[in-house]
Amino acid sequence: MSKSTFTRRGVLKSGAVAGAGLALPTIFTASSVAAYTNAPSGSSVTLGFNVPQTGPYADEGADELRAYELAVEHLNGGGDGGMMNTFSSKALQGNGILGRKVDFVTGDTQTKSDAARASAKSMIEKDGAVMITGGSSSGVAIAVQGLCQEAGVIFMAGLTHSNDTTGKDKKANGFRHFFNGYMSGAALAPVLEKMYGNDRTAYHLTADYTWGWTQEESIAASTEALGWNTVNKVRTPLAATDFSSYIAPVLNSGADVLVLNHYGGNMVNSLTNAVQFGLRDKQVNGKNFEIVVPLYSRLMARGAGENVKGIFGSTNWHWSLTDEGSKAFVKSFGTKYGFPPSQAAHTVYCQTLLYADACERAGSHDPCAVAEALEGFEFDGLGNGKTLYRAEDHQCFKDVLVVKGKENPTSEFDLLEIVEVTPASQVTYAPDHPMFAGGALGTCNSGA
Amino acid sequence: MDAIILQILNGLDKGSAYALIALGLTLIFGTLGVVNFAHGALFMIGAFCAVTLSKILNISFETIDETQVDFLGNPLKVKTPYVEAWFGPETGAALIDWSVPLAIFFSIPIMIAVGFIMERGLIKHFYKRAHADQILVTFGLAIVLQEVVKYFYGANPIPTGAPDVFKGSFDFGVLFGFDPNAIIYPYWRLVYFGFSTLIIGSVFAFLQFTTFGMVVRAGMADRETVGLLGINIDKRFTIMFGIAAAVAGLAGVMYAPINSPNYHMGMDFLVLSFVVVVVGGMGSLPGAVLAGFLLGVLESFASMNEIKSLIPGIDQIIIYLVAIIILLTRPRGLMGRKGVMEE
Amino acid sequence: MLGLNKHDRTLLIIVAILTMCAPFILNPFPTDSGMAQFNAGYPDLMQRFVIFGIFAIGFNILFGLTGYLSFGHAAFLGVGSYSAVWMFKLLSMNVIPAILLAMIISGLFAVLIGYVSLRRSGIYFSILTLAFAQMSFNLAYSVLTPITNGETGLQLTLDDPRILGVSATADGGIPVTSLFGLEMRSTYEMAVGPWAFQFNAGYYLCALIMLASFYLSIRIFRSPFGMMLRAVKSNQTRLNYTGLNPRPYTLAAFVISGMYAGLAGGLMASMDPLAGAERMQWTASGEVVLMSILGGAGTLIGPVLGAGFIKYFENIFSKINDTVLHNWFAFLPDGLEDAVVFIIHPFIGKGWHLTLGILFMLVVIFLPGGLVEGGQRIRRLFSKKPADDGKPAATKPAE
Repeated sequence: MSKSTFTRRGVLKSGAVAGAGLALPTIFTASSVAAYTNAPSGSSVTLGFNVPQTGPYADEGADELRAYELAVEHLNGGGDGGMMNTFSSKALQGNGILGRKVDFVTGDTQTKSDAARASAKSMIEKDGAVMITGGSSSGVAIAVQGLCQEAGVIFMAGLTHSNDTTGKDKKANGFRHFFNGYMSGAALAPVLEKMYGNDRTAYHLTADYTWGWTQEESIAASTEALGWNTVNKVRTPLAATDFSSYIAPVLNSGADVLVLNHYGGNMVNSLTNAVQFGLRDKQVNGKNFEIVVPLYSRLMARGAGENVKGIFGSTNWHWSLTDEGSKAFVKSFGTKYGFPPSQAAHTVYCQTLLYADACERAGSHDPCAVAEALEGFEFDGLGNGKTLYRAEDHQCFKDVLVVKGKENPTSEFDLLEIVEVTPASQVTYAPDHPMFAGGALGTCNSGA
Repeated sequence: MDAIILQILNGLDKGSAYALIALGLTLIFGTLGVVNFAHGALFMIGAFCAVTLSKILNISFETIDETQVDFLGNPLKVKTPYVEAWFGPETGAALIDWSVPLAIFFSIPIMIAVGFIMERGLIKHFYKRAHADQILVTFGLAIVLQEVVKYFYGANPIPTGAPDVFKGSFDFGVLFGFDPNAIIYPYWRLVYFGFSTLIIGSVFAFLQFTTFGMVVRAGMADRETVGLLGINIDKRFTIMFGIAAAVAGLAGVMYAPINSPNYHMGMDFLVLSFVVVVVGGMGSLPGAVLAGFLLGVLESFASMNEIKSLIPGIDQIIIYLVAIIILLTRPRGLMGRKGVMEE
Repeated sequence: MLGLNKHDRTLLIIVAILTMCAPFILNPFPTDSGMAQFNAGYPDLMQRFVIFGIFAIGFNILFGLTGYLSFGHAAFLGVGSYSAVWMFKLLSMNVIPAILLAMIISGLFAVLIGYVSLRRSGIYFSILTLAFAQMSFNLAYSVLTPITNGETGLQLTLDDPRILGVSATADGGIPVTSLFGLEMRSTYEMAVGPWAFQFNAGYYLCALIMLASFYLSIRIFRSPFGMMLRAVKSNQTRLNYTGLNPRPYTLAAFVISGMYAGLAGGLMASMDPLAGAERMQWTASGEVVLMSILGGAGTLIGPVLGAGFIKYFENIFSKINDTVLHNWFAFLPDGLEDAVVFIIHPFIGKGWHLTLGILFMLVVIFLPGGLVEGGQRIRRLFSKKPADDGKPAATKPAE
């Protein structure tokens, strides 16, 4: 017994001596001398790309990673420069960020808040990442945003559509380029009115979790403002795969529009089931029965096959846009990978560029300086027209696309057609709008 | 009333999927005594047999159409499937259209082969091992199988449509004197229900009325004695494993048009099918089928608005709640035998 | 000493040394080298190693001793996390009350579920526990959102009351978890030549608690109570005929193991104040089953090894990407480099599940006793003694 204790003490002792002799200790605590978390010291700077690589959103994650790699290539001066050439801010020179070569680490969020946080933490603690970005669901985005706030790094959200990300769960260190549920509603409503009139009865099927609820609230509010009735709002379990028992009651509910507040696998299945039940061939109240999918994703729409034809929804960006920025992005992405980028790829590419540009303009990687440079920043040339990063809630305000499932697609990528580009002014809301109230940005944390 | 009839139809439809998977699981468990966590993966492989066949039929050659451009502004490559070129556009298109029913024939040999390989290559070595080891190794296998599928097909669902004839719905209401359009039900789901009852019926008939089935049943009841009688029961059990795999596979093939297949659909069904098997009673084939339909119907009723407004969230937990109630009132599930998997 | 026999004492001391020196042991590669990818010595992962170690130790008290396979143990982990975060929201950022509440609530929850589920045995018991856990998960994700914050997970906010603390720090941030002022996240970084070692306060708190839990589990394994539980496993009918009622014993084991899970959940929340519903999902319950079997169910150290093994894969392998691979194999000629990367590519990064699945199968096929058996075989290779008398009692499965 005593022998073992002696050994252990011996080990500790020699360890301590070695430490005292060779160490250059630095302490990263609240009272530390370091300027900010993971301040880059060498010739490179590390960004953390935290995307779903396993689980149902793995394909979107893979597309995000492609866009990140493309962005890093462009930042380091490789490739054709992509949207760096069309970006209104000219601070980026193709020599990395602030002269430091951009390195990156990747991780798997598994679309679980726990795993996403573990992955982000390892990027911050082990790899010294100075910015975390990515994600393909709002739960994960909000969880990682909270972590980054605590750790004192910048979080550039990926695909997250819930009002809460920049509403009640907003954080000073978190920024979102993607649009949100409110904007979907505001953009869709006028188009729906034009197409379907203002005497309609809507039936909502909603994924039973936070994102679904905020979207349902947004869409119901904006359609009711048109004069539509909402006959029922039914919550469906996240784990549901067969929606037949939720679709069947719609038949005789008196509704003539079905709104599917679903995303991902839920959306594919509920839409497929709704079409199977012949809802689209029905006549109710003397009008054609219609289905609306407020948040479209081209990757997911592919899973629903022919069922998406003619169905309206909104999207953040689509590769068929013809402005200079979009064209440049589609060209460099398409040349490198052989197919057009998704909206997820677009938003994360923009986020990476926006971060790098803010660093250049702030002259530092310090999260607080970067946040200040991003707040109230107005830019153009990134595919969505004139865009404002609003200081009050760190949400981007830009044009929103209303799209429709294409009737005669020419290729497997050509699934959606743009019906209308809703101008930013129409989707802008006050920072204290009731749907976004209840949270506070707090103060920026640089980890110092 | 019409709402209730619709939900019964939905329940029977869902139930037939549960029953088919649970039936295969119970066949394997009852004959080989192995808890097969890879059974959901077999279901998934079945669905991907349908996907694969439709991909094979869609293998195309490209011709360049100068009048149209692709997303990069290059001339568009128009794809024409070889089958359309070989058999003429109409027969070719019909073949592609009917890919799911054709996949039934395509999948049976594949699934039986997969079943044999699994049993001979892996499961055989686990008969004498603890159930926990069987669970772990088959779970590992399930992960491997689904990751392999994901590697080749990606994570997103792949649409696999039913033949055009089966699109649209059948108006039930008119038959029973309701208003037109009050009770309509998609054709393909009716086909699925009919197909499952057919398969379930044939499995039972096979076990009940053939000598082979009789020996297998005897082996399920008392393996050692049957062995002592000089019958090579292991060989027959291997064949049963192949049949169970084929049943799961067929369930998957026919399910492909109902919901677009994705690589984790097996895992989604796995837990549920275990609940079904256990509620039915370990080792009981009629129990598995009965429990499958029962849980399917109850799940459908629980998702009705009227019931949801009484008990919020009931549709989230109904399956588990029913399982708990049944297991507490009937110790071995609906039709379980004493002493099976109780230690 | 400590009421342990020689083998157990040696085992405890080895574990103590390993956990205390983990920051060194887990960081064998210099920070700048290509192999640094395999370093696991950063606070978050080290914390996860010991926390999941506690979870697995607790699970093993139930499964390893009584043979009752609970498929819903993650529910207790989740309940523990939620209780702890609520404590941070309402009371103070001190971790002690949070951990205590986590253990109490999960203990109560375990009494409730155990009382009902233990009426059945075998797979019927497994399915009952699974059903309870899935119900908790589904409700926590949806209907119970006011308590659990659903999909997003329960987080701290700036307007939480925190009666004994502050709602927000002076500079407007959310306060951090601490042990009487010692911040859980504070880390001392020691640079020795090219190596960097991180000593984290939170990790050492978890490690000490893990050692205490490990010690308690050894005592339970060796106690008359532990013998009784083994009797339940080997033949419950015989126990009944002897005139003993096994139910109180199994229920006690179930509650103890539920409290271990609650403790693990409370610690997770203390290290990172967030509680997500997916902690209760069946996959999470399955994970702890895999950890125990993979490491060696019924052995003392096995579950801890299994926990470390799985968490290491999840966190290290998922982060290797093609760029990293190309860096490693840059010394090879171009064509060969691409070929090697192409072959390894499916198994790393997004393919880490595949690697894990293959390893599960290999371990179960070739090492029926789990990693512990692997260790024993290696030891037998090197020792001249016949296997049976040199084998320590501590690693013998509880049959």
